[in-house]
Formats: sequence, C-alpha cells, structure tokens
Amino acid sequence: MSMTISEKILAQHAGLDSVVPGQLITAKLDLVLGNDITAPVGIKEFAKFGAKKVFDRKKVALVPDHFAPNKDLLSAEQCKFMRDFAREQQIEHYFEVGQMGIEHCLLPEQGLTLPGDLIIGADSHTCTYGAVGAFATGVGSTDFAAGLATGEAWFRVPESMKFIFHGTRFQKWVGGKDLILYLIGKLGVDGARYRAMEFAGEGIAALSMDNRFTICNMAIEAGAKNGIIAPDDKTFAYLEGRARRSYPLHYSDLDAHYLEIQEFDVSEIPLQVSAPHSPENAKSVQEASGIKIDQVVIGSCTNGRLEDLRIAADLLRGKKVHPEIRCLVFPGTQTIMRDAMREGIIDTLIEAGVAVSTPTCGPCLGGHMGILAKGERAVSTTNRNFVGRMGHVESEVYLAGPAVAAASAIKGQIAHPEEVS
Amino acid sequence: MGKAWKFGHDIDTDIILPARYLNKSTPEHLAAHCMEDAGTLFAQDVKAEDVMVGGKNFGCGSSREHAPIAIKACGIKVVIAESFARIFYRNSLNIGLPILECAEAVAGISQGDEVEVDLATGIIQNRTTNMKYQANSFPPFMQDLIRAGGLIPYIEGRNKNA
Repeated sequence: MSMTISEKILAQHAGLDSVVPGQLITAKLDLVLGNDITAPVGIKEFAKFGAKKVFDRKKVALVPDHFAPNKDLLSAEQCKFMRDFAREQQIEHYFEVGQMGIEHCLLPEQGLTLPGDLIIGADSHTCTYGAVGAFATGVGSTDFAAGLATGEAWFRVPESMKFIFHGTRFQKWVGGKDLILYLIGKLGVDGARYRAMEFAGEGIAALSMDNRFTICNMAIEAGAKNGIIAPDDKTFAYLEGRARRSYPLHYSDLDAHYLEIQEFDVSEIPLQVSAPHSPENAKSVQEASGIKIDQVVIGSCTNGRLEDLRIAADLLRGKKVHPEIRCLVFPGTQTIMRDAMREGIIDTLIEAGVAVSTPTCGPCLGGHMGILAKGERAVSTTNRNFVGRMGHVESEVYLAGPAVAAASAIKGQIAHPEEVS
Repeated sequence: MGKAWKFGHDIDTDIILPARYLNKSTPEHLAAHCMEDAGTLFAQDVKAEDVMVGGKNFGCGSSREHAPIAIKACGIKVVIAESFARIFYRNSLNIGLPILECAEAVAGISQGDEVEVDLATGIIQNRTTNMKYQANSFPPFMQDLIRAGGLIPYIEGRNKNA
C-alpha cells in the first residue's frame, strides 16, 4: 500500500504494515523532550503514574532554555525542579547551562534527532526535526508525562499535504524563513491544521540544513502536526559525525495520497515580513518598508543558527546599529556561539553595536532579555507575533528572516537589505 | 447553566495564558491571569459553570498545557469552538477539560448569553435565545479518554484491565 514518509514512520513505530489518515494508533517513541516551562508540569503528572523510572533514560531530553539562565526566583525553582528530576532519573540528555542551547537548535546538532525517528516534545516547535526526516510533533505536559512513563503516545495519523518548491533561482537574500512565511501567508494559521506538511522540490533540495530547520520549525504556525523533508545528501552530510545510531530511510511512495499538492516557483517569492499579530500576515518587505522600530531580535529556534548569524554579520560588517535601536543576537547553541566567534561573526556584530547573548529563548516569548515596553515595535527572526508575545500587550512584532532583521537594525526601520548594502 | 464568554478566531495560547506567568504552574496562579491580555475582566468575573466560546482554531500556538489548566481552574465548564488547534485539543482531553466543536452554537451564542450544556449528549442550549444545538461527537477512543477524566487515569485504567 502506498504511503507518505510521515505515514511510513508512524506505521513502523506502531508495529503495523501500513496506516491510513484518520487512523488512531499507539506508537513507540525514539525521543521525549521537555523544557523548563513544560517539563515541571509534566514531571508532577509523571509522579501520578505507578512508574518510578522513566521508560529509557537515554531517550529523554531535558533542556532549560526558556527562562534560563534563571530569569527570576520562580524560574530558578522551575529549573531546579527539572534539574533534580534529571539527576534522580539519570537522564542522559540533560543539558545544563553552559552546555545547553535553544532546544530545537541543540538536539539536531547533538545528533539526537535522526531520519525515521518518532519524537514528541512538550514544545510546539518540536516539528523542527522534520528537517532531518523525523516525524516530530509538539505535545503538552501530560502527553510528555505519559511518554516518559510508557515510551509511547497515541496519534491520529494525519492527512499529508505536499508543498513543492520549483526552481533554484532564489531572489537575493531570500531564505527558508521567506519561503515559510510566504506559505503561511497563503495557507493561513490553520491552513494545515492536523496535517502533515511535506516540503519537496528542487528549491528545498537547494536549501542548506539551517534553512530547512527554519521551514519545518514553522509548520506549527500553519496548524500542522508535523513538517517533514525527505533525507538527501545534505541531510547525510549534516548527520555525519553526529548520528551515533543507525537510522532507517523512508521516502514517500510516488503514488502516495496527498490531501492537497501546492506548487510554487522560488524565483517568485520575495523577502517577507509578517505583520502583527499573526504569522499569516505575510507580505513583501517593500510593503512594510519604512515602519519605525525600536528593537531587532536575531535568534531563536527558527533563526538562531550559524548561517543566520553569518547573514546578519555580512550586512552589519563595517556598519553601525541605528542609535535608536537595540539589536539583540541569540546564537542557538554554545557550539554555534563558538563557531561564530571563530569566524569573526561575533566580533563583527559587537563592533556594529549588537548585544550578543548566551543561548536562550529569551524575548521570543516575552520571557526575558529584551521585553518590549508599551507601544514599542520589533523586527524579529522568531516565529510568533501574537498580541503581547514579546512583552507589553500594546507592543508589536514583525517577523522576518535575518537579512531583513539586520538591514532594519541599521536603518532603524523595516528595510530591504539592498538599502544598506 | 452559566454565562457565555465569547472570543474570536485563532485565540492563541499566549492570549489564554501570557508567557510572563509561566514561571509558576499552580492552577490558582494560572487562573488568576487567564485571558488577561484579551482586554476583558474575564479572570475577575468568571463564575463556575460559565462556558467559553471561540471561533476557528481555538488554542493555536504554544503547546503550554498551562492554557487549558488555567481555563479549567477558572471554573469554565466547557469550551465550545468552531474548531480547535491540535495541541490544545489533545491537552484539553488529556487534562479533562471538556471541549465541544459546534460552529452553529458559536454563531448563535453572544457574549453574556445563558448557556446550558449536556456533556454526555453534546447538546448545547442557549437559554437566552431558546435555541438548541448538537455538537460534533468525538471518536470512540477520545470518548474513552473523556470518560476516564484524562490521559493518566485512562492509562492507569487500561493497565489495571490488562
């Protein structure tokens, strides 16, 4: 029976020959993830099970990244609660501050998310790992708790939607962020609700892994259960030296069934921004050009990887952040930070007047390290611009990729990179 | 019977429970800040048995279970929406917060209407307008989850019967 890549992964983990959309299955998990916000709630639920130990201490990842390094006393208590649990349970993949990074940058980098894996994470952006060909989806704390106790989760097999990006002639500066914002603009924030989003075509094949992570990261912003890209030579090259176990390769059958197939030509997609207060408010950067801003954030699980920082540094080299702008950069992991230092990226950014932070989710969800005051406006490479997301209920966030963010930091208003290069 | 609290489309979990309150997870703390950024006095004025009504894609965004926990701890009897975002849907069933999908009821209920809901049958009655609606029924597995009162009692029950 023909199946999509998502269906094949689910079938394999459910011990079935095949599955069909709509089917309810119980499936075995390769990795269960939690963070300092969601894990404490889940750990308390876990305690309600008879189980004393997690199902497999090597298949659990705990990352204090949201309100860490501890932003206040209550956050310190939550981080400590998770840390104590990690020690007691001897969780192999607990990442202490100093080792930790933003979870969705960190786990792939550490080789913990592999093609064909079935992963749940108590964080909605767990869908990021689809970029390596895993079926990965966000859940809440109770599903996380049940996953810890049983190593299993229930799933409703999602209908698949395929998005084919033709061509490789990207407009200058256009990257994964622009493709996904453009797509969410077309679909709306519930356009792929409960669905599997499969990204394919020459355009996707031409993109680096960093760009692919950005695309899969935001599948949830269209309401999807997961985003996925079939593994190819770039995936294998990325996994070289990272993967410490073998992995199966799954590919969608040529006659697999899709609820819908949409096709785009990458050459027609301009640089995007998404206006407040929804990721679906995508438009070309020209349409938002000149809007005055107060802050620029470059980082997050969406765009905190080395290539993102490199793009920002290329634009900021020899230039200064506008005097009325706070420009904050959050490298996604310690490794990314160090690689950026070795490449001279951090030096370039600091020279330009950027504040560079240790990895944290920080201002993306209005946690700390760059909260917006009433009436303030930011351009941010993060993934959500909901009301109050980065601070005050009357603040605003425009979502963009790193090139638009860096150009806007220099200009003090939303700007196209051509205006500053 | 309770009063309807009506909200629009795409109500995200940042609106239901702003991230600045995620540094603590007790139900009372979360309830005190529920819908705080929606520009209503919801958390202050909500009463037990009241119902929450939303449009399409209710509960989109973050996976924070704090959002349905906050709604439940406010005393909300049921959330009625045109449709739910998938993580919120799972979380609600998992923690035993009743939810119902019914576009007709959403269209027919206004802020402040007196609404009575029979969770067993999915029948929603608007006592203010004297209209009656039938919510979509859940698949059998989800009905079992709901009957058990959430995922953990469901799994415990299954283990006992195994």
